[in-house]
Amino acid sequence: MVDFYLQLHPFVQGLLKGLAVILVIFPLGGVCSMAERKVSAWIQDRPGPNRAIVPWIAWIPFFGKFLQRLGLFHVMADGGKMLFKEDSLPDHVNKFYFVLAPIVAMIPALTTVTVVPFGAYLDPAGRVIPLVLANVDVGLLAVFAVASLGVYSLILAGWASNSKYPFLGSVRASAQLISYELSMTLSVIPVFLWINAPGAEGTMGLGKAVEFQSLPGFWGGMWFIFLMPVSAFIFLTSLFAETNRQPFDMPESEADLVGGFHTEYGAFKWGLFFVAEYANMIIGSGVFILLFFGGWNPLPWIPIADLVGWLHHLTGSAFWANPFVVGLLSILIFFAKVIFMIFVFMWVRWTVPRFRYDQVMEIGWKKLLPLAIANLLAYAVGIAIVQMKG
Amino acid sequence: MGNFLFNLFAVFTVVAAAGVVVNKNAVNAAMCLLLSLVGVAGLFIVLDAYLLAFLLLLVYAGAIVALFLFIVMLLDTKSDARPQLTRIPLVARILAFALVAVGVASFGRLESPDPAAVPALGASLKLYAYQLFTTYLLPVQILGFLLLIAMVGVIVLSKKFEGLEDIR
Repeated sequence: MVDFYLQLHPFVQGLLKGLAVILVIFPLGGVCSMAERKVSAWIQDRPGPNRAIVPWIAWIPFFGKFLQRLGLFHVMADGGKMLFKEDSLPDHVNKFYFVLAPIVAMIPALTTVTVVPFGAYLDPAGRVIPLVLANVDVGLLAVFAVASLGVYSLILAGWASNSKYPFLGSVRASAQLISYELSMTLSVIPVFLWINAPGAEGTMGLGKAVEFQSLPGFWGGMWFIFLMPVSAFIFLTSLFAETNRQPFDMPESEADLVGGFHTEYGAFKWGLFFVAEYANMIIGSGVFILLFFGGWNPLPWIPIADLVGWLHHLTGSAFWANPFVVGLLSILIFFAKVIFMIFVFMWVRWTVPRFRYDQVMEIGWKKLLPLAIANLLAYAVGIAIVQMKG
Repeated sequence: MGNFLFNLFAVFTVVAAAGVVVNKNAVNAAMCLLLSLVGVAGLFIVLDAYLLAFLLLLVYAGAIVALFLFIVMLLDTKSDARPQLTRIPLVARILAFALVAVGVASFGRLESPDPAAVPALGASLKLYAYQLFTTYLLPVQILGFLLLIAMVGVIVLSKKFEGLEDIR
């Protein structure tokens, strides 16, 4: 199996790897929409979706009932509905851009995955090698650059719909996305100032950020959330704004804009917007975890290499030294963290009320941006002093 | 492979750029500008200048063209009537044609420098930053001031100042 894979042309190998990642991200978007309904129900103290079930599973005595209550089959029901519903194309829209917008929404969501590492394995020499589709040293910059293209789908959707509410939604969206991009970019600079010590090779790779959170010693093993809490806070807040999640869901804000930019959309095109939103959330959470929550390391001060070493020591079997096992373990840890972050996204959504548009602008420009600049200056001076001593 | 991709992106960029000029619909023109910028970013990637490629996408494609589109949609220009040829566009056109003519005339005549002799300043993040803060410090500062002047200019133009009270 492995030999066969390695025989293939590198182009085919890359294609297979890319497909594998997309096959994980795309359904995960659908599952997230289900989780959203279930979490919201849990927070609001109601049962939530608990009816749909496939007949032959309903025949299983106890387990079938349990699965029904869990609402797992609503994902399939929702997906089927979106696929088979009539895909209406209103008369008054600009047809070309109307169809283009949902497709454009998917492109950044699925392109940014390529530079986000999602796990790691140990090579025979004991070094940690990140698992990533494209390991480029501009890493995070590539994520920011491609993610910033996501604004076009909102602008085009709103404009092509050629009616009042979608247009207002898209105008708000573009203003919001451009405003919060600044604070987001500024908030991660302290992390890269810290990991690009003098004399080292310059990098903006996300794998490097994790490497610096898995060093030995008190300061080495510390996750950056403890070292730079303000940066983490600014990044997370901007992430909420960039992914259009409540309390920043200005482009949609169904209370005053019906459905915002996707008012005129239905069926699968509407579904694509939603999958793109959740895919953006997954990738944003992934980046946040890599930068501030130690990536694939299980606990602060306990890197994955140590954990595997202990397991190997305790059980004495070579099972834990197998790179496949380590890789799988790291992916599991990373995904557990991502899923927790997505839960946090939903938790905030169903707890905090939506900001008004002027409040969104005020928070972005008058509060978050000055805070980000002050934070950057403070860390720049602090890191310079520490590194000059050390 | 690299050569093929370079040619592909080059043709793509030029076709998209022509689309910007030819299109009468301002939204289509802005979208063509976006495609053209993506093509230039692709060229940079083929040339191993990853940093420049992503900065181009981040700043121009991600923010500036988005604002162009934003303004075009807000103004909602419908008129197809060609604007009168006043003096400034005329001068600009003549200059542009002269530049294109010089470019075409010099095609194949100039000896392109040996690629190995050209320092690859855009290749590594560190090298690029170092050059910005040493060799090219003065141009960077001058450009910064130009942008500052433009910003102040926008504020002056968009706000109505009538007396000293307005400034306070």
